[in-house]
Amino acid sequence: MSVGHSDSDDDEGDGTPKGGQGSRVATGQLARARTVLRRVMQNRFAVFGLVVVVALLVTAAFAPWIAPYEPTEQNYDALKEPPSLEHPFGTDTYGRDVFSRVVFGSRYAVFLGVVIVGIEMLIGVSLGLLAGYYGGWTEAGIMRLVDISLSIPAIVLALAIAGMLGGGLFPLIVAVSLVGWRGFARLVRGDVKSVMEEEYIESANAAGLSDFRVITRYVLPNAASSIIVYATLTIPTVILWSAGLSFLGMGVQPPKPEWGAILAAGRGDIDSAWWIATFPGLAIMLTVIGFNGLGDGLRDALDPRQVR
Amino acid sequence: MSLQRTQDAESTDALLAAEEVQKYFPIRSGILKRHTADVKAVDGVSFEIRRGETLGLVGESGCGKSTLGKTMMRLLDPTGGRIYFDGEDITDVSRKRLRQLRRDMQIIFQDPGSSLNPRMNVADLITEPMRSLTDWDKTKRQNRLYELIEEVDLQENHLTRAPHEFSGGQQQRIAIARALSVNPSLIVADEPTSALDVSVQAKILNLMEDLQEKYNLTYLFISHDLSVIKHICDRVAVMYLGELAEVAPADRLFETPKHPYTRALLSGVPRANAERMDDRIILDGSVPSPEDPPSGCRFHTRCQEYIGDVCETSDPELDAVGDGHVCACHHYD
Amino acid sequence: MTDPLLEIDDLHVHFHTEEGTVEALDGVSLTVERDEVVGVIGESGCGKSVTAFSTMGLLQSPPAEVVSGSIRYDGRELLDLSDDELDGIRGDDITMIYQDPMSSLNPVLTIGHQLTEPLLAHRDISKAAARQKAIEMLEACGLADAERLMDEYPDALSGGMRQRVVIAMALITEPKLLIADEPTTALDVTIQAQIMDLLRDLREEFEMSVLIISHDLAVISEIADRMAVMYAGNVVETCSMRELFEAPLHPYTRKLAESIPSLETSVQRLPTIEGTVPELIDPPTGCRFASRCPDYIGSECDEIDPQLAEPEGIRDHEVACHYYTDESDAEPPWQIQGVEDQ
Repeated sequence: MSVGHSDSDDDEGDGTPKGGQGSRVATGQLARARTVLRRVMQNRFAVFGLVVVVALLVTAAFAPWIAPYEPTEQNYDALKEPPSLEHPFGTDTYGRDVFSRVVFGSRYAVFLGVVIVGIEMLIGVSLGLLAGYYGGWTEAGIMRLVDISLSIPAIVLALAIAGMLGGGLFPLIVAVSLVGWRGFARLVRGDVKSVMEEEYIESANAAGLSDFRVITRYVLPNAASSIIVYATLTIPTVILWSAGLSFLGMGVQPPKPEWGAILAAGRGDIDSAWWIATFPGLAIMLTVIGFNGLGDGLRDALDPRQVR
Repeated sequence: MSLQRTQDAESTDALLAAEEVQKYFPIRSGILKRHTADVKAVDGVSFEIRRGETLGLVGESGCGKSTLGKTMMRLLDPTGGRIYFDGEDITDVSRKRLRQLRRDMQIIFQDPGSSLNPRMNVADLITEPMRSLTDWDKTKRQNRLYELIEEVDLQENHLTRAPHEFSGGQQQRIAIARALSVNPSLIVADEPTSALDVSVQAKILNLMEDLQEKYNLTYLFISHDLSVIKHICDRVAVMYLGELAEVAPADRLFETPKHPYTRALLSGVPRANAERMDDRIILDGSVPSPEDPPSGCRFHTRCQEYIGDVCETSDPELDAVGDGHVCACHHYD
Repeated sequence: MTDPLLEIDDLHVHFHTEEGTVEALDGVSLTVERDEVVGVIGESGCGKSVTAFSTMGLLQSPPAEVVSGSIRYDGRELLDLSDDELDGIRGDDITMIYQDPMSSLNPVLTIGHQLTEPLLAHRDISKAAARQKAIEMLEACGLADAERLMDEYPDALSGGMRQRVVIAMALITEPKLLIADEPTTALDVTIQAQIMDLLRDLREEFEMSVLIISHDLAVISEIADRMAVMYAGNVVETCSMRELFEAPLHPYTRKLAESIPSLETSVQRLPTIEGTVPELIDPPTGCRFASRCPDYIGSECDEIDPQLAEPEGIRDHEVACHYYTDESDAEPPWQIQGVEDQ
């Protein structure tokens, strides 16, 4: 029997919560995802970003079907040919089809972006969580580490690591990851500290939850949206860094079709064959703008204070 | 309850007792974050809560009432003094014992909007304490969940929703169900209706009274609202700047308040329907900083009954001024 | 009788949100006479703050839209004024005190700067004279050591002192109408008493009209001459302060007053109002209180939106409830005390 009996017809007694129509139909995660998507769709720049990112993913996934030639296939009958129907982005000094190379290059961009950001997140989020949650000496130690590593210019750090380990994919991943995790650590530590101030953390303590459960059920979910946004906005940076290092000869090596490497190879011929360097450059630019647009849109959409 | 009221302050029926409890928050400053001073949020407080009663803790913001409430249930570690629960000294019990104690002592916060994890649904919020504090199996937890939502007048279709989809009153019902889930004997209610509209407040207060009767709950009811305190409490403790000024049965406190601060508080309550109150006591200034509280009686800087040097030099003790009525004021020495 | 100072007539305000159109104000009518203090009381979401913000022309549009109605100040229609014209009135003739003294002061400007700003904007006055005036006003608001305070930043002040500064800021142009939106809600009981005391004194000293808004009936009762009770976007009752306590007419007003614990009386159990405030997106037709009303009389309540009117035999007391305008001779189920008293 209900003891609240005499007030049986309660505030909100009709059983309808104050949420809008959408939340009545679908609940929880699905409804949230739907709201986020709707808000992203209201932002033109974000929609543009979403389109670019989806196009990039599709290109990477279906590169062999999209590209008309093998990316490393040389054709000495068609050296440095300007863009034409046969070669939409022209050919390079070895007669390779630039369009095919740019298409296959998207695989490097996606792979490097996802893997490196994943590693950065793993390191940065873990350390940031530990620092923010436990505070005290743990926090002081971790944050000093971040400060010290921040005092070394990123480009110098990356060049040094890439130089030590030599060129190639693996050194590139290590170098760029070691530059980027610090941002995640700082962001997450700040977010965790502000989440720790919330009353629901006290409520979790009153419920006798273990640290692990508080972190996984309370702290991480409430810090998740800013991590997602930051990750999205970090992907273009990582792509730029990767292309940059490859351009400098420290990363992916020719003849592999990485955008930075293609750009580097084509830069000598910019007067005679502008297309070799221009198209991979445009690809990099478009990708970076796309991810930034999507990141901005997500930031606005995930911000619960933003009511529209 | 009237039986309990007549018992004297040394009653053995105390469920929760504080003995000179202190809670200081260190202030760290400078580059080296050196400990330079303390905010003395709670500074030597002794009182007890008897089984089955509602003890009101009233005072203005910053007086330390919330801190005291959280320290009493060991959500905060006391800086000094001892805390007894059911006769057991719980001041420095092990982590394991503390978790067991959480089953007996639960808390309801002021703002359910921020005390309920926004990323969890109602069912998870309510069952969570059972999961972590009891060894009940899933069926038992589910049964209890359905029992609880009926108790607090929620509906089954509410269970999968997130807290922000509810009104303030409903959110507080969720918080009450969560606190109640593990069958505690004591609930600290920290301003549970302050964030609610008056008509909703009435419902929550009624619900709390019903639940108290049904489960023989003991409440530590913290509030700044004297009318609410008067309505719901059996005994009332008045707090000022980290110390207790007066403790008395509710009817005595509201009829014959002794401490000048209590009297000022009472006269400051806006009264509907009253003719202009010329005899109202309006205190000057605001509450001094708990970082550097006044010497002697902490209230002497604003007291309308200031009697001389003794107020500035000696800190008055809580002395009996009537049946079950204690007051810390030199006026009554 | 002269024109009222402020006359809000049949004001409809909608908010366009993701979930739909919120009909926040549904024909609010309210007058403030010269030298009168009108209190507006209601629970959250009833539209009391929206009414205040509309009067100040401070509603953000979108999402807000004033659909119809009029707000006349001193005979001028405020809704027709351009922003520039409105700026000449608000902050000068009409000023406002907000709920939270912490956020209504700019933390990076000195008290003096913020106090003299409205004077310099609205009056042809020298900086020195403005400063002098600001100091006088701070003193009038009970702040000792006003000279020194002028050069302080808001951070240095306690909540109560900040609210005094906010009041000084609102009064410095000697407005004819002061709108106070929950002026003491963020403050402690003893500070609240100080501030209400101050407002009462200042109001007499400056002979201004006040529109004071609160969820706390007791707070308003200390200062108001006349009351307006709001519920779900409507004014449901207006009457003198005294009448409200002695002979409330609207069922909502009566139930609300009963549900508040009081220091004077004791009840075993607080009476409550059943049900909940209706959604203002697609609100019910007819009386918005009908579904919760203990004295529901029938289909009339569901279908026809009741208008504020004086019941027969009662003067200066308007209520929007079908009981009192019902053409049939049905007796109200409760006693109208006001009639007997007269």
